[in-house]
Amino acid sequence: MTVRLLRNTVLAMALALPVAASYAQRAPGQPQPLKSGLEFTGPEVRELQQDDFANPGMLWVARGETLWQEPAGKEGKSCAGCHGDARSSMKGVATRYPLMDAGSARLINLEGRIEQCRERRQQAEPFKRESAELLAIGAYVAHQSRGMPVNVTIDWQNRHNFEAGRAMYYRRMGQMNLSCAQCHQENWGRKLGPETISQGHGVAYPIYRLEWQTMGSLHRRFRSCLSGVRAELLPQGAAEFLDLELYLAWRASGLPIETPGVRR
Amino acid sequence: MTARIQLPAAARRGEVIEIRIAIQHTMETGFRLDDSGRAIPKNVVNSLTCRYNGAEVFRAEMGSGVAANPYLAFFTVADTSGELVFDWVDDEGRTGSERATLTVSV
Repeated sequence: MTVRLLRNTVLAMALALPVAASYAQRAPGQPQPLKSGLEFTGPEVRELQQDDFANPGMLWVARGETLWQEPAGKEGKSCAGCHGDARSSMKGVATRYPLMDAGSARLINLEGRIEQCRERRQQAEPFKRESAELLAIGAYVAHQSRGMPVNVTIDWQNRHNFEAGRAMYYRRMGQMNLSCAQCHQENWGRKLGPETISQGHGVAYPIYRLEWQTMGSLHRRFRSCLSGVRAELLPQGAAEFLDLELYLAWRASGLPIETPGVRR
Repeated sequence: MTARIQLPAAARRGEVIEIRIAIQHTMETGFRLDDSGRAIPKNVVNSLTCRYNGAEVFRAEMGSGVAANPYLAFFTVADTSGELVFDWVDDEGRTGSERATLTVSV
């Protein structure tokens, strides 16, 4: 059903537009006007996110706040021990990620940075990706930037990653032979089964998805999409995902951070 | 178990106040299978009580129909300043407790 629907949509598009021209026009890549995923979710989900008490993601933020103060590892240091009050020190931090890690000259995202801090500075066992603790601290840190616009810079250092991310975004993949762009760039606002296709911005992560009944990272969402088009699943934190995350951050430039978001 | 409670900062005696609580819990239904096909045992917060200065003002019994991270809201009448104590227990026998203070003016 879904397969046929998608095929028909893609076919209809191919017939309606000269494909080459449409790609050229959209090359800059930012959908116009920029719309948060919240605008495609329906009123109930919107209300749930906007009510700071009912929003289930706030439970993770609260847990993150506790973890921020807790000493860990051989150094016996807490996050607060170095960074102080997150409400000021972490303000705006999430708007700049993913960024180049000076030490390794590789892209690193917020979760990666928290893990790195834990291993190197606290001398503690890293949390696992997608663990409740990592999602909690990640949500707490990103929450400090709520309302601030995404602001990544693309320069000579990360240009290569940015181009790789963009290439991935437009590359058809999986058995369904679909690219990210075919849904989220060219057909946002249209229906895919009962759902309205969003523009696919990552500004509310980690998010509470009602489908998951829990909090999840952007990379978990990437894996859901890959599984949807029946492509090979990459592991969390994969270099390809980080490139894609950078491209998405650039594509969402100007949209405010919403963490913790709620989506269907 | 992380939990959050919300109640008015201050209330007048006799006023009807709304109290809200959210608890972080997977609320495993018992109907799901894990990646190797084994049934995941049911584990939900099956009962929750709220005592206001020692007197029980609210009790909830929950089953597998309640979504993860249950969020409950109820109303009670503000009587005297004091403490609201929430206690809950899940099917594995893990208990949780959280308290909040209510200030009531005459």
